[in-house]
Amino acid sequence: METIERVYREEFGRVVASLVRRFGDIDVAEDAAGEALLVALERWPRDGVPPNPGAWLTTTAARKAIDRIRRESHRDAKHRAAEMITDDTPHEPTGVVGDDRLRLVFTCCHPALAPEARVALTLRLLGGLTVAEIAHAFFVPETTMAQRITRAKRKIAGAHIPYRVPEPADLPARLGAVLAVVYLVFNEGYLATSGTATRDDLAAEAIRLGRMLRQLLPDDLEVRGLLALMLLTEARRPSRVAADGTLVPLPEQDRGGWSRPLIAEGHALVRECLAAGRPGRYQVMAAVNAVHTDAVTADETEWRSVVALYDQLLRLDPNPVVALNRAVAVAELDGPELALAIVDRLPPEQMTRYHAWHVTRADLLRRLGRSAEARAAYDAALALTDNPAETAYLTRRRDQLVSPPPGG
Amino acid sequence: MPHYFLAVNHDEAGAAEMAEMTMEQMQPVFEAVDAFNTDLRTEGAWVFAGGLLGPEASTVVDATGDAPVVTDGPFSEAKEYLGGFWIIDAADLDAALEWARKGSAACRGKVEVRPFQPEG
Repeated sequence: METIERVYREEFGRVVASLVRRFGDIDVAEDAAGEALLVALERWPRDGVPPNPGAWLTTTAARKAIDRIRRESHRDAKHRAAEMITDDTPHEPTGVVGDDRLRLVFTCCHPALAPEARVALTLRLLGGLTVAEIAHAFFVPETTMAQRITRAKRKIAGAHIPYRVPEPADLPARLGAVLAVVYLVFNEGYLATSGTATRDDLAAEAIRLGRMLRQLLPDDLEVRGLLALMLLTEARRPSRVAADGTLVPLPEQDRGGWSRPLIAEGHALVRECLAAGRPGRYQVMAAVNAVHTDAVTADETEWRSVVALYDQLLRLDPNPVVALNRAVAVAELDGPELALAIVDRLPPEQMTRYHAWHVTRADLLRRLGRSAEARAAYDAALALTDNPAETAYLTRRRDQLVSPPPGG
Repeated sequence: MPHYFLAVNHDEAGAAEMAEMTMEQMQPVFEAVDAFNTDLRTEGAWVFAGGLLGPEASTVVDATGDAPVVTDGPFSEAKEYLGGFWIIDAADLDAALEWARKGSAACRGKVEVRPFQPEG
């Protein structure tokens, strides 16, 4: 039973993508894949898992899809062109690579769809997650998530969003949207916005999508960079939350608990990126994480390299969140006072709503002995997070401040 | 091939700005739009296009009740109104978005791309 579900989850994207190419209809593909699972659940325990389960599922699902189209064309002759049933013409050349899943990724992450719909569709159609699982992951009611996905699928059909890998000239821009979706899924898994400390399932799904993209676009350096970034971040997971459920910040983590195989794999990817010499934002973020995971103790971190990498990242992606992360490294290299000056110069209209800005300020103020201001910053950060592990950590830090609370 | 409606929406601020422009200033816009229309025709994407008079010239007919009612002006106080449009033939949304990009640059306004309902 467990094996069947694992195989199904692994093969789902391939089955759906192949049926979308053949039948040109996402709903038909998705339903047929679901029906194929029911057949597998009935037969596999009895007959054993077939040698090529992916091909078996695709064939079974294709038969189900043809049955459905036949039924519907009997009911409504003009609804579906009958030639679809026998159309085995080779699919259009895709330009870059011919994998059906890659076309489907670009359809799911099309810029004409709302960003939250791109994430949901990618998890549903390529990750094989159920609507209920996706709704649960993003803390929205199942009906809301179902509507979001249905609406996106209707737009794909109604507006004729193509099922195609973009031309090489458009690829970098369009791939950016795909990588953003994968990274967003990973981040939600790494530090969930609320409810639970981490969502291991989402992080694992993002890494799986990242590995798939790497397989489909082996020459793309940003794809490689994103995979390295996720692996090097994921490697630290075992030490990120203490036994009592409190978040453990990087300098205090037990480095012995980090996953060596993930670090080795991530470092190898970062080295490949460095050798290619065409940096992009994911590659540079991966390099920052390579520096951290290279240090045996927190004190041995090469902060000069970290700051230099953030300088490079700021040139590639000038935004205040990057500047904030750079300031954290500056604090280690040049002291908290200089870092605080940088942090306080960031645009307040964006930063005051961003909890990491308050967390960083609180930490710098604490290190400068400005306890009253640090307390206010911890309170501001606490007001902006619902993550229980982070709340526990920030509360502990605030309560360790030496001066008494105002009026207390 | 699917048809797409490329809408150029105006608002009052934009219309006021345009009213301030001299013919000389407008000339490059007219030329760019002419060139874009020629491209549409050459590529076989042209179906129909036109610029509309403002909402002050519009009349609303409502025959949903027992007797038709004719009223002056638009039926809502919308901040944006349709200023002009193209109807084009395009293979898919990507092709339509590419035409919209060229059209937007030519007319110096945002372009909304709306697919038509499939023909029954």
